[in-house]
Amino acid sequence: MQIDLRTVSIKPLRNTFDHIARRFGDKPASRYQEGTYDIQQTDIFHYRPLWEPEKILFDKSRTKIEMKDWYALKDPRQFYYGAYTIARARQQEAAESNFEMIEERGLAALVPEALRDIALDVLIPLRHVEWGGNMGNSYIAAYGYGTAITQPCLYHAMDHLAVAQYLTRIALTLDTPVALDTAKDAWMNGALWQPMRQHVENLLVLQDWFEIFVAQNLVLEGLTYPLFFDHLDSKFAAGGGTAISMMTRFMGEWSAETAKWVDAQIKVAAAESAENKQAIADWVVEYRGRTLEALAPLAGRAFGAEADAVLGEVLAAFNARCAKLGLSV
Amino acid sequence: MDMHVKKLGLKEKYAHMTRGLGWDTTYQPMEKVFPQATFEGIKIHDWEKWEDPFRLTMDAYWKYQAEKERKLYAVLDAFAQNNGHLGITDARYLSAIKLFLTGISPLEYVAHRGFAAAGRNFPGVGPRVACLMQSIDEVRHAQTQIHAISNYNKHYDGFHDFKHMLERVWYLSVPKSFFDDAFSAGPFEWMIAIGFSFEYVLTNLLFVPFMSGAAYNGDMATVTFGFSAQSDEARHMTLGLECIKFMLEQDPDNLPIVQKWIDKWAWRGIRVLSLVGMMMDYMLPKRVMSWKEAWEIYFEQNGGALFNDLARYGIKVPECLTQCSVDKEHISHQAWATFYQYGGAAAFHTWMPNDEEMDWLSAKYPNTFDKYYRPRFTYWREQAEQGNRFYSNTLPMLCQVCQIPMLFTEPDDPTQICYRESEYKGEKYHTCSDGCKHIFDDEPEKYIQAWLPVHQIYQGNCFNEGVDPTAEGFDPLAEVLKWYHLEHGKDNLDYEGSRDQQNFQAWRGMATQNT
Repeated sequence: MQIDLRTVSIKPLRNTFDHIARRFGDKPASRYQEGTYDIQQTDIFHYRPLWEPEKILFDKSRTKIEMKDWYALKDPRQFYYGAYTIARARQQEAAESNFEMIEERGLAALVPEALRDIALDVLIPLRHVEWGGNMGNSYIAAYGYGTAITQPCLYHAMDHLAVAQYLTRIALTLDTPVALDTAKDAWMNGALWQPMRQHVENLLVLQDWFEIFVAQNLVLEGLTYPLFFDHLDSKFAAGGGTAISMMTRFMGEWSAETAKWVDAQIKVAAAESAENKQAIADWVVEYRGRTLEALAPLAGRAFGAEADAVLGEVLAAFNARCAKLGLSV
Repeated sequence: MDMHVKKLGLKEKYAHMTRGLGWDTTYQPMEKVFPQATFEGIKIHDWEKWEDPFRLTMDAYWKYQAEKERKLYAVLDAFAQNNGHLGITDARYLSAIKLFLTGISPLEYVAHRGFAAAGRNFPGVGPRVACLMQSIDEVRHAQTQIHAISNYNKHYDGFHDFKHMLERVWYLSVPKSFFDDAFSAGPFEWMIAIGFSFEYVLTNLLFVPFMSGAAYNGDMATVTFGFSAQSDEARHMTLGLECIKFMLEQDPDNLPIVQKWIDKWAWRGIRVLSLVGMMMDYMLPKRVMSWKEAWEIYFEQNGGALFNDLARYGIKVPECLTQCSVDKEHISHQAWATFYQYGGAAAFHTWMPNDEEMDWLSAKYPNTFDKYYRPRFTYWREQAEQGNRFYSNTLPMLCQVCQIPMLFTEPDDPTQICYRESEYKGEKYHTCSDGCKHIFDDEPEKYIQAWLPVHQIYQGNCFNEGVDPTAEGFDPLAEVLKWYHLEHGKDNLDYEGSRDQQNFQAWRGMATQNT
């Protein structure tokens, strides 16, 4: 049986703001729409930036990708701040209970030494790669064009900081803070990590923000996350290292979710024009090669004799993903 | 924090979680990775000396912020469902919120972008993380303000095209140019401009009056946002203060640069606050306190304590502020008088205060209101009552720096409009005060670029495409309003007789009566 509360009904003058209505018609708009579309200023700026006087504050020419409408790059997750934090808080709660369980039951001590060492050698220095991911995405949040893509890039930057912090926590769960110093030393000086550090530092000096998006969010993450948080995770789980899998659960879920968002951006930008498609494909080819070179020694450490086969699988899946996005790479 | 790590102190643990992540690059030179770190002349020798103003890891951040968001949106939903807009004191109040949505919320957005840039550009990890937290908070504030005010937009005029208006409408270039100015400067000046001057020194005079005004006037949507943002604002204040102390402690050569920026941004900020003063004294049906009282409590007392604290670094109270103790008696009245005259070109409604409100103003401004402003306002009110409401359809000259119309008076003569003149490369530029002239003379190359709305109108840049200014019967103001997307007769003019007034009365009647 249905009950029907009566309310005083007032017919509104309009359903949403004009800039939303110009895009979608005058109908009730979602919070994502009102919080995202056209809220970056576009037309009139008072002063040239002292740090880049040849451009205006928000300038379309900070990438060679061209879009008729930069708001075509919408987020399929429809994350505005509230939706984003609430989604992440839920995931954080699950991650937290995993860490608590591991600590309460002393599960870290049950991880076989060989797997523990792989985790310390491979996952812990990775926190610096994550920090590079934070820097690339905060660059896009600052200098990119249109809230549709700059907003989720800031969320993505904060997520990378979070992943770096989860990795830090894994180090402190498996070992003492000395593990962080050891990992930092490996990152700065160890032979295993130098190709990756060089690659990450090269990304930090890129100027074209969409190039950073492709190199970092599509290619580097697209190859690294499956390798470490899918294949290596399976190895941990199969070999008695479930505790490590539990501690990287956030990363696995996060990369599946964010890959959908990244794909949506690439797909739309590539479909816009032949020039865009070519530029993106060129970047993918360039950074795929460099990322694979950087990953090779790390895969060797993680998978030993199976490294080539595992990397091959990761690469095949990545290439298939790019093909789906309309890229010939 | 939530990171349960054994045997580590909070500070040490947080250091591992943040600054332990960074490294000095060697494959690429640091000056290429951080290209904006030095050009402003600020010298930093050791970023490790940065004291984290707050220690929040991402997991804790998500947890606290998500909790606040759930509560806030529950209130906003209830507000919309139950016609919460009918609970405000009077629809005149909405003029204040129109000013807020068009003039302030878009700036929260620019703050978000600017702090993202700062969060990328400082070579130190500690300040970068703190700036990124502020960046994401600021997008929260922009969005939650838009969402809180969205329901008013559905029912009242003046809100409907806020982003378009911000970039064009004459008085909105005042707050807009302020943030453009800060973002177009380098990261260190940004931190003094926004992180310190705006968020620390002036926030109690901007954020607090609007939110308190909302509380006093039954605006549950806006005040709920205000309460929800309070803890964010507290974090932002500690960041601004830490930043200035850090810069001053790192090298004595930083002092004159920082002092110059404090002088500049204090004055820039105070000029923007004229709009807030007018809001507090005239636009709120139920007033919280007068502008003068707010200035005395939040600036003269609290700000005085702050500058005493900074004195040990050699920082002096900006000179231009001595003028403020004179101005506090005048600026709100002068600003409102201007908006009343140009009410035809404003995207909110105007009115003259009634008798009770005039008495309140007399009591709050015993030295000036009756002497200088009551007679003028009484005369205007009488004229309006006789059917002679006069709207000025010319345009006022704007200050080259703060972009406020030349409406303020000489510090020693409240009957004389204050003008200052500078010459640069053979052109004359006008400013409204010694403070603005000083800013102009220090960076003329920057301020000659200002997009002054009135100049632009006279240059013919503010009409829709295809409009012919030479056509017979051409009405420049009407065409400018069209270009603003300002609906004449709905968004502008007096509150008395407006659609807002009529609808509010009719709807409130529907909600409280049976006929």
